[in-house]
Amino acid sequence: MFFVISAVCLELKRGIVNVVELRDISCEKQNRQLFSDLNLVVNKGELVLLRGENGAGKTSLLRILVGLSQPQDGSVLFCGDVLDSSDDVIRSLIYVGHKPGNNPTLSALTNLKFWAAQRQLDVNNSTILETLEHLQLEGLEDSPTRFLSAGQQRRVALARLWLQIDAKLWVLDEPFTALDVKTVEMLSQHIGEFVSNGGAVIMTSHQAATIKCPQREFTLEYCW
Amino acid sequence: MGVVFSIFQREVLIAYKQASEIIQPLVFFIIVVSLFPLAIGPGPEILQRVSGGVIWVAAILSLLLGIERLFRDDFNDGCMEQYMMCGTSLSIIVVAKVAAHWILNILPLLLLSPLLALFLNMTMDMYLVLILTLLVGTPTISLIGAIGVALTVSLQRSGVLLPLLLLPFFIPLLIFATSAIESASLQLPYGFQIGIMLAMFLLVLALAPFAISYSLRVSQH
Repeated sequence: MFFVISAVCLELKRGIVNVVELRDISCEKQNRQLFSDLNLVVNKGELVLLRGENGAGKTSLLRILVGLSQPQDGSVLFCGDVLDSSDDVIRSLIYVGHKPGNNPTLSALTNLKFWAAQRQLDVNNSTILETLEHLQLEGLEDSPTRFLSAGQQRRVALARLWLQIDAKLWVLDEPFTALDVKTVEMLSQHIGEFVSNGGAVIMTSHQAATIKCPQREFTLEYCW
Repeated sequence: MGVVFSIFQREVLIAYKQASEIIQPLVFFIIVVSLFPLAIGPGPEILQRVSGGVIWVAAILSLLLGIERLFRDDFNDGCMEQYMMCGTSLSIIVVAKVAAHWILNILPLLLLSPLLALFLNMTMDMYLVLILTLLVGTPTISLIGAIGVALTVSLQRSGVLLPLLLLPFFIPLLIFATSAIESASLQLPYGFQIGIMLAMFLLVLALAPFAISYSLRVSQH
């Protein structure tokens, strides 16, 4: 009886603390084993910096983590359950990858409006406009995103981190790419605040940025 | 339902912003149909005999011309990744996208068809059956086409591959559609052919969304 109660308590505790858990993950791409039997836990209120050389498999790992790619072996647990992309729980995860996730013919405002509608977020136009203004995109809200610079397009993609306030996990793949110094500082501060408020972040970055929050590094070795 | 409506609304807005993408297959359709009377002569009997087949072949080719972009833009700009993480089943999302594609690309063809039917000397009976076959058959083309697009979306150069992959699947549809139009021209019953086409559509409607979403997931990998 004692063991059963202990196991249940442990499971409950783990469910509360762990946001995402990778168990014995293996990944092979083009006949090269990127990593095998990889275990990683990202806890609430923690930033995990994924380090490694180019080609070590950082992006592949992040894509497995969010369910965009399937691992060769192993499983991904999100909030204690196996990750299912059609499940409501995946809405509490925000992924900003290499691709902006915006249609180039639509404006920043329209793109974000549709993104919010697809995630069933209670976000109105004024909130989106305020966010875009905060990210120094005022005056560009109605321009098709194809006319924006790479850094501005990146800012539109990152605006999602400001719009969804109930997210539990941010998965960011090189979020500082193409951003100016001021926006890097702003984003670093926002990540720090999110983690301090109990959010979990896993990100890759080759750029040095000062993020003030509990963090640890996880290094992927390049395998031949 | 709100999510489906939002995706549908988005597709309509993108089509409005890229109107040329809708107009080009439509112009292609008109030109292909117009070329036949010039090539085989203006004899009303011959034109009437080949009219159903000509319109159907032109409709399939013009559809293939526009269908390639069904998922490609979303795949390239990362919107597909965001769809996969929005918490709504990808099968439902792809049905919304295919429905929007059908309304934006096929309905204009149907609206143009009276003019072309007149051009090819079709009788009223033949014309009504033509519309019926297009209404029942073209959604099947859209759904099967979407499977092909989803399978080839990650390939850099799939221009010729896509029609080569898809055209054989449209042969049964083409046979039953032209057979129904021919039956109508001979005042014979055509319910059987329409029934078969409807059965094909229902079968494809039941299975294609899962095949499309699975293919898109594989393409993401």
